[in-house]
Amino acid sequence: MDFSIHVTGFVALYIFMLAGFAGWVIIGHVPAILHTPLMSGSNFVHGIVVVGGMFALLNASTVQQQVIGFFAVLLGAGNAAGGYAVTGRMLAMFQTSGRKIHHAKHSHHAKARHLTKG
Amino acid sequence: MTTTGIAQLIIGATDIAAAFLFMYGLKRMSSPVTAPSGIFVAGIGMLVAVLASFLYVFDVGAAAKPHLMVNVGLGVVALIVGGGVAWWAGKKVAMTAMPQMVAVYNGMGGGAAGAIAAVELFGSKLPGTTQLVVTLLGALIGSISLSGSLIAWAKLEGVIKKPLRVPGQQYFNLFVLLGTLAVAGYVVYVSKEASSQLPPTPQLIYLFFGCALIYGVLMTLPIGGADMPVVISIYNAATGLAVGLEGFVLENPALMIAGMVVGAAGTLLTLLMAQAMNRSVANVLFTNFGGASKHKPSHIKGSLKPAAAADAGIFMRYSKSVIIIPGYGLAAAQGQQKLYEFVKLLQAAGVSIKFAIHPVAGRMPGQMDVLLAEAGVPYDLIFQLDDINDEFKTTAVALVIGANDVVNPAARTDKSSPIFGMPILNADQAKQVYVVKRGQGKGYADIVNALFYADNCNMVYGDAAAVMTTMIEAVRGLGAKAAA
Repeated sequence: MDFSIHVTGFVALYIFMLAGFAGWVIIGHVPAILHTPLMSGSNFVHGIVVVGGMFALLNASTVQQQVIGFFAVLLGAGNAAGGYAVTGRMLAMFQTSGRKIHHAKHSHHAKARHLTKG
Repeated sequence: MTTTGIAQLIIGATDIAAAFLFMYGLKRMSSPVTAPSGIFVAGIGMLVAVLASFLYVFDVGAAAKPHLMVNVGLGVVALIVGGGVAWWAGKKVAMTAMPQMVAVYNGMGGGAAGAIAAVELFGSKLPGTTQLVVTLLGALIGSISLSGSLIAWAKLEGVIKKPLRVPGQQYFNLFVLLGTLAVAGYVVYVSKEASSQLPPTPQLIYLFFGCALIYGVLMTLPIGGADMPVVISIYNAATGLAVGLEGFVLENPALMIAGMVVGAAGTLLTLLMAQAMNRSVANVLFTNFGGASKHKPSHIKGSLKPAAAADAGIFMRYSKSVIIIPGYGLAAAQGQQKLYEFVKLLQAAGVSIKFAIHPVAGRMPGQMDVLLAEAGVPYDLIFQLDDINDEFKTTAVALVIGANDVVNPAARTDKSSPIFGMPILNADQAKQVYVVKRGQGKGYADIVNALFYADNCNMVYGDAAAVMTTMIEAVRGLGAKAAA
């Protein structure tokens, strides 16, 4: 059985289209209060580029490719690790005062729905 | 099954798991309650994907085989050094410096995407035209994101203090961009026409990356500091896009999906931010905003009326309701803790307290929410513009701390004002307004604020933290007297 992945032409466009739509919908529901952690969180997610860096580095066959590949992994790892560290720190700070969340009366706002749902 | 087959199976499975966990994690971030678990879930996805990436050793090309041990070693070192330093910095950085830190991490991501493209371009195998064009496009976007993010960092950190503007700059920048695209086009042309099957000359590729990096710098330099949140958001989306494109080149769907999700999410976030300022994204990027210093326009009546911090504090103690509008000035003075201490005193005295946050308060959207959360303010006391703006009419006191442009009524009335049309917090509608401010200077956007001259407004001059301390002492003093 062949498990190698080949993404070409229209298949790639389908992936891009669906992923783009998913991103748009997911973020559309995030309350403004979480915009900074969200920006930082999505910043963390594109840290997956480190995996691409690993692929490039492991396939390097010249010194030039090794050097550039090394920096690809270095920068990608920084993106991922740093993004996770700051996002985690920010999110850990959010807390409620413990009583029933009174945003419920504004339930026509998407934000309130999300605050109360959780 | 061959070793290669097993490796491919594991990599494929972990990558699809990572892609799922990223989206599920971002989804969980849509509520403050589930958000911490959201980033954890996404983190797990990242960890397994990175560990599985070592299995590429079973699937490398023949040319790379002799170098495999060295490459694996380099990979381990790069992961530990890059990840370790960034992790340490991320844990150490102050919450107020968060926007520039995100800019740096974002630039790193863009740089990584550019570097991957460079490895592919310098590679010996000749890709198809589609692959080549996509590689170059991802390289261009990633490089712009790298150098642009670093300029954004320098501006937020205060290394670059003033926007750099010269006449005809936008035309020059366009020229540089077109030049970069021309070089990219030539690279494609050369690689198609070369009968020798040689990859495009290295000099050409260096030139291409150099131009792209310079364009990122030139594009960001003229943009004012107040607009940096939008710029960082744009570069965040750009890096996502670059990662997605390089994912296509490497035939890695996890990169494609993660990159494109961030690209779309970042684009939406950018639009929401620009909308909150009532400006288009093009307006933010290409018009020089908030440079000219203006004197008090003749149509603003009244004068600045100073008030003592202690008096203001006591006035609020005996008010029914207070809405607090925090801005970056509060964060700059590190006054959040003191503010919350004051708020707790007022709450104990039966005063109803709410926080009103403008979408572009702070140096990054939602930054004030984070800083208040850091001080321990429960998020159910924090309200966004649309949810609270009608309440100012029925509120006794609006307390503006270190905010300026977001409460300027000129945005509603004065067509000639640069911020005309921007939604503002209606602080001027409260019965009494106190503005805590360092001095008589103007806001970040450098515009005179009519609110400060209004009849119902008093200015409390001083450092936000110091003013809060005085207010706390004044209110505590009252309590002591009452007890005695």
